[in-house]
Amino acid sequence: MPQTGWFDPTRIWFFGLLVMLCGAVLAYIFAARRGMRINVRRIAGLEAVDDAVGRATEMGRSCLYIPGVQDMNDIQTIASLTVLARVAKTAAEYDARVEIPTTRSLVMTAARETVQAAYLAAGRPEAFSPDQVYYVTDEQFGYVAYVQGLMVRERPAACFYMGSFFAESLILAEMGNSVGAIQIAGTAQPAQLPFFVAACDYTLIGEEFFAASAYLSGEPDQLGSLKGQDVGKLIVGAGIITGVAAETIAGLTGSVAVRSFVDFLINRVLT
Amino acid sequence: MKRTVPLLITAVVGFTLIGAYFVPYTQSWGETVAIWFDVLAAIAFILGGGNLLRSHLKKISDQQRGWAYSIIVLASFLGTLFVGLGKIGVAPSPQFLEYSWSGPYRQTGSAFWYFYQYAFQPLTSTIFALLAFYIASAAFRAFRAKNLEAILLLATAFIVLLGRTFAGVALTGWIDPANWEGFRHFTGLRLENLTVYIMAVFNTAGNRAIMIGIALGIVATSLKILIGVDRSYLGKD
Amino acid sequence: MGAFLRDQWWVVAIFIATLVPLVRRFASAGVMEGLRTLDRRWIFLLMLWSVLLPIYFIGVTGRTFPEVPSALARATFDEIDRLAPGDPVLLSFDYDPASEGELQPMATAFVKHCAEKKLKMYFMALWPVGPQMVQNTVDRVIRADYPNLVYGEDYVNLGYKSGYEAVIRVITTNIRELYTTDARGTAIQDIPMMKGITSVQQMKLIINVSAGYPGVKEWVQYGATPYPAVHLIAGTTGVQAPLVYPYVPRQLRGLLGAIKGAAEYEKLVIDTYGGPNPDPKYLEGLRRMGPQLVAHMLIIMLIIVANVLYFTEKRAARRPSTGSGRPERAEGR
Repeated sequence: MPQTGWFDPTRIWFFGLLVMLCGAVLAYIFAARRGMRINVRRIAGLEAVDDAVGRATEMGRSCLYIPGVQDMNDIQTIASLTVLARVAKTAAEYDARVEIPTTRSLVMTAARETVQAAYLAAGRPEAFSPDQVYYVTDEQFGYVAYVQGLMVRERPAACFYMGSFFAESLILAEMGNSVGAIQIAGTAQPAQLPFFVAACDYTLIGEEFFAASAYLSGEPDQLGSLKGQDVGKLIVGAGIITGVAAETIAGLTGSVAVRSFVDFLINRVLT
Repeated sequence: MKRTVPLLITAVVGFTLIGAYFVPYTQSWGETVAIWFDVLAAIAFILGGGNLLRSHLKKISDQQRGWAYSIIVLASFLGTLFVGLGKIGVAPSPQFLEYSWSGPYRQTGSAFWYFYQYAFQPLTSTIFALLAFYIASAAFRAFRAKNLEAILLLATAFIVLLGRTFAGVALTGWIDPANWEGFRHFTGLRLENLTVYIMAVFNTAGNRAIMIGIALGIVATSLKILIGVDRSYLGKD
Repeated sequence: MGAFLRDQWWVVAIFIATLVPLVRRFASAGVMEGLRTLDRRWIFLLMLWSVLLPIYFIGVTGRTFPEVPSALARATFDEIDRLAPGDPVLLSFDYDPASEGELQPMATAFVKHCAEKKLKMYFMALWPVGPQMVQNTVDRVIRADYPNLVYGEDYVNLGYKSGYEAVIRVITTNIRELYTTDARGTAIQDIPMMKGITSVQQMKLIINVSAGYPGVKEWVQYGATPYPAVHLIAGTTGVQAPLVYPYVPRQLRGLLGAIKGAAEYEKLVIDTYGGPNPDPKYLEGLRRMGPQLVAHMLIIMLIIVANVLYFTEKRAARRPSTGSGRPERAEGR
């Protein structure tokens, strides 16, 4: 790895791709600010957030919000806090109790700030209690054991699982189902998605979870970033089609030029 | 000011680390900052521990429902902390015999090791083992052949469930060229081979698609946070 | 089987006795009604028996199902088998007691294979409880069956370092920047087998046993991909295995997925190095395939029964027929 020079030449293609993707996102953010209309398809899980909190209010039971089991350095945890802001604001407006046990101290601190600000935004600052957000344990299964017990004792009417999860996902979802809660999950852990899809009422799959912030706020520049993401997908799709076609042609025809192009893609562009 | 300073810190540090990735001299900055985060998280343990103590002590003093469990939590927490920090039952390291606390706190035979081996290990294994029961109840409750996609899903599930066990070998082991030469072209239909094919081709394709979408979502979300478009993690204005 | 049922009649009696109330329930309420209102705890009981009975049967009889190693298990085996005595190998045990049931058999088999090949084993962990997993495996395999191997000369436990993937990024260029002592507190420079070892790139092979994050994906991203000369093999949980299939075979030379992968690899190791009467601790993966078979069959049966119930209820709900005669629109999830 070179230690001198202002730019690592082996990463030029990665830099170019990054500029393209970020440029697309920024371009649509600015376009949305200038008034471009952005249509976003309906995401059932996010539409159901208000209904879930309302259900909890009607039943006189609490809401349970699990912000994942990772720390603040995980982007999923940050995305989870944006959804928490909305859930907390809705709970404040409906006068429902929301409980947020956390596995990380930093997440506890950040979640407290988020929930407090949400209650303030809803005009109910007096209803906020710092004890709503508390630290349980860093240990994954110790945390799960606590939340299971909490669910059995408190019988929340609505459970939200938003963030990074691992093996505990099915345990939480099945326990929530057994107490009759409506469950909305969102994660970008591909291995845990099948468990949430099977056991929860609504699941935000991968990028739907990251779109939550934009979707719930409805702000034009946030919605513009979703459009930019779609352009990113088109770029990736074009790259996949190009690469697959070139590899197929190289394999079928044995063309040296096409093979060189494929090797260039694999060894220079995609490294 | 209360919101501007965190936004500025986020933007400056974030873009600096992105740029550092491309400059040879600064490529290790990312690892250094990751280690700084670990230091912060370790200090934050004190926050979490303090919150734990406070909330459980409050439960005990108010005699709220379930306060006996709080006694168990506090006793376990403080006991493990004392035993670990005090290195109870730990023999000194052979290199530093004169220092009684020089041995590793996880030494085999120490009190902390006993806590780990005979309390922590069985408990975590027990909770993890609950998954087997919940998978069975989820399978009974949720897996319905309601439409074509669900039928395809169930068929794939049956193939993989059987292919991962001896049942797969037993059911399709007869597809063997030793039985009939023509079977040479059909060995891929054996359940264990079908399972590998499903996992390596269909499952991989689906996973890659989800992972690409997730990666793009991460890029867009991170960019929004760095430029301050998305500020909801700081709380609304 | 007949002899087992005769000798262990009391187990069979308890099994039947626990299911009698369920049978009586079906008899009184009807099978369909009984299934429709089935308490999930009966399913839990069936799952308990489907795991317990095979474990007990295998424990008493010692019989296991035959295993046919797959291409991936064979590739994993060959990666270790191709090495010469004295070659350095890094073993990173990134799992905890929760995943021990699934991963310990493959960890044990990896260490046995490396010990048989007389490789120099460098243990480390990216999980806080990983060093305990390392120590347990070392005690079970090396100290029990290979007492001639000397700590510091044939194997060393470097211990746990916090930092997730940052640890991998650092040690692939300079291992001594992070590891200044081993897990026992001995200075790195005083450990004979660490002489001349400055980075992970000098390892002939990296073996990762992984239960989640940080784990095999991070090793692929930061350990194997930037350094194509580095060979990496891994053993993972069943849930994680599909996520790392895309990396096979370029970045990941071999992969053991779940207890099935462990059983296949164990078969290869035992057939080659196990002798006529291998120690039962090297057969744990093979033994656990019994409960896996019965549990999988139970899940298949539950799915079939649930769908029969679903279609029966759907058909009953259509009678009497609607005025239009058109069937109901099926619901999708």
